[in-house]
Amino acid sequence: MCHVETDATARLEFDRVTKRYGDLLALDGLSFDIRAGEVFGFVGSNGAGKTTAMRIALGVLAADAGEVRWAGQPVSFETRRRIGYMPEERGLYPKMRVGEQLVYLARLHGLSRAAAEVHTRTWTERLGVASRLDDDVQKLSLGNQQRVQLASALVHDPSVLVLDEPFSGLDPVAVEVMSQVLRDKADVGVPVLFSSHQLELVERICDRVGIIKAGRLVACGSVDELRGAGPEQVVVDVPGADPAWADGLPGVRMLEATGGRVLLQLDEGVDDQRVLTAALQAGAVREFGRYRPPLTELYRHVVTAEEPAPPREPVTAGGGR
Amino acid sequence: MSTAPPPVSLPTTSAVRLVAERELRTRLRSKAYRVTTVVLVVVVVVFALVMDVVSHRDTTAHVGFTEAAAVLRTHVAGVARGLGEDVAAVDVPSEPAGRRMVASGRLDALVVGMQGSRVQVVVGRSLDARLQSTLTSAAGQLTLDRQISQLGGDPAAVASQVDQASVHVTALEPAPHFDPQRLAVGSVAGILIYLALLGTGMSVAQGVVEEKSSRVVELLLATIRPWQLMAGKVLGIGLAGLLQVAVVGVAGVLAGQLTGSLTLSVSASASVIAWLVVWFVLGFTLYSLVFAGLGALVSRQEDLGGATAPATMFLVLGYVVGISVLPSAPDQPLVAAMSLVPAFSPTLMPMRLAMGGVPLWQTLLSLALAVACVPLLVVVTGRLYRNGVVRTGAKVRLREALRAD
Repeated sequence: MCHVETDATARLEFDRVTKRYGDLLALDGLSFDIRAGEVFGFVGSNGAGKTTAMRIALGVLAADAGEVRWAGQPVSFETRRRIGYMPEERGLYPKMRVGEQLVYLARLHGLSRAAAEVHTRTWTERLGVASRLDDDVQKLSLGNQQRVQLASALVHDPSVLVLDEPFSGLDPVAVEVMSQVLRDKADVGVPVLFSSHQLELVERICDRVGIIKAGRLVACGSVDELRGAGPEQVVVDVPGADPAWADGLPGVRMLEATGGRVLLQLDEGVDDQRVLTAALQAGAVREFGRYRPPLTELYRHVVTAEEPAPPREPVTAGGGR
Repeated sequence: MSTAPPPVSLPTTSAVRLVAERELRTRLRSKAYRVTTVVLVVVVVVFALVMDVVSHRDTTAHVGFTEAAAVLRTHVAGVARGLGEDVAAVDVPSEPAGRRMVASGRLDALVVGMQGSRVQVVVGRSLDARLQSTLTSAAGQLTLDRQISQLGGDPAAVASQVDQASVHVTALEPAPHFDPQRLAVGSVAGILIYLALLGTGMSVAQGVVEEKSSRVVELLLATIRPWQLMAGKVLGIGLAGLLQVAVVGVAGVLAGQLTGSLTLSVSASASVIAWLVVWFVLGFTLYSLVFAGLGALVSRQEDLGGATAPATMFLVLGYVVGISVLPSAPDQPLVAAMSLVPAFSPTLMPMRLAMGGVPLWQTLLSLALAVACVPLLVVVTGRLYRNGVVRTGAKVRLREALRAD
């Protein structure tokens, strides 16, 4: 699946990470890596283990087995300060001023006061909340609080980004700003891991995607790789023809038909040219091509396959996914 | 491809200092803190002023004597001197004039004469009980003198003999003398330290829950260790509390000294404040650790009262026992024993020390026990905090938090 390479570049690797909450196996030997300069999208249903994995990377939770490594070394307290983190449930002091809060968090990450102040100004300007520096966080709208939250993940100039649902609750403009920030960070060699339920967005901005289900990675790769994986499907449009022309072709199954347009799934080894020939006999072919399902469809396919519904975890376990 | 930048180290002292600074700044800036400080200062200053008025109230009884009663005058003065009562004798020209003075309140009583062994007294409404006994004794003496004279004796010689008769007491264990002033100061010290401990303790617990409920704790724990966060919080809030106690204590003593209602020496006042500070620091350390540990078990401010109830209970118990027993019986043995126990010593000891008469060994033992408790509590509450602080949702059970790791 996502093979873990061993070179010493600044990759973030999850190596067989396992976490149990009582009887519930939240992470079941989860392994994948995020390469330097890559935006990695982490998707999966609620309770699949995304948040748990991220919290383990940040040391907020301890893994029962396995480890998270950065640049070949297990993530320690010292290296953790190089990570920019955005928790799923947003965490800021409601009654503290935006500017003071960001400076404080930057200093906890080891920055000097002067550097912390410079970075605070830079990021609040970039994220459009510079005018609110002296306001208490609780006075800001949810969208702006979210921007401050992102600023808090970036203010110490991190070398790794781990963001749990950074796009939820953002307006379209903020989504654009956020996407651009993630891309820019990746471009300077930062591995960027983020989770999201907005699959179109993931598809658009991620270099690679991992789909997690019941604590295991069930699919991982570039969006193209994922979309190209699985049984071959072709779209054939023969306007006016009865879709029954495709019935009886060996190794061909009809998935859907709308008017003369059909979606066919071919078994392995079936020659698509034979399908085309059959279509031409039914009428004029206006469209014939390989169908690559969007991520949404793929996700639905992967996540709903086989096993029963993903487990729910107890509330006391910390709302981790 | 970039390679990994060097790890960032943040020494414990820096981490704790950063957290403590934030707590202190937040506290000093908060309206609640400022308001409580001002209110407490006002309360102690008003208390000092009230004490001043009470202590300067005129307790001298003005007694008028008509010419007919003049014979009683020396006896009344003598008896009053013997009993330690302040009686000012006033000669009045006539009974009607004296009655007018009684009516106008310039005299507390008017002695108009004696019929046999009965003193005739005119008062406004009723005769003050102490003045009555003074007058009764004086009448008795006058009667006795007359009898002695009739029997041919010398009343003055008898009186001097009687004066020499006294009781000599040898106490095996002299009871400490308790100055009412110090009892009052001790009570105020008790109220002050109780309020300060409860206030700062609850602040710590609320701060822990605030971080938990706002989830900011997750960001913090990714950078610093739980115990560093807890230590910084306790330190910052503790300093703010200490400042408050010191300001209020100094304001109270200054007000007392300036109005003159506090006749305690400057060194005794300083020792009251010093002990107050020492016990606040110790008590705060003990209680805030417990409050922080218990606070970490819940995720909502509404659940905080229940979670911290065990700690609050001990605090309230010590205070209530102290304030209800000590002012009337500063050396009550059961309370003295309680004041050695670390759960109660932070409230009881400063009261007892302000009231005086605490044996040195008790002072030292209570200090030693409280100090010895600190490392123990650090371990236990640190565990509670570490295990509770990242678990949100339902209340974490105490036993579970102590066991899990």
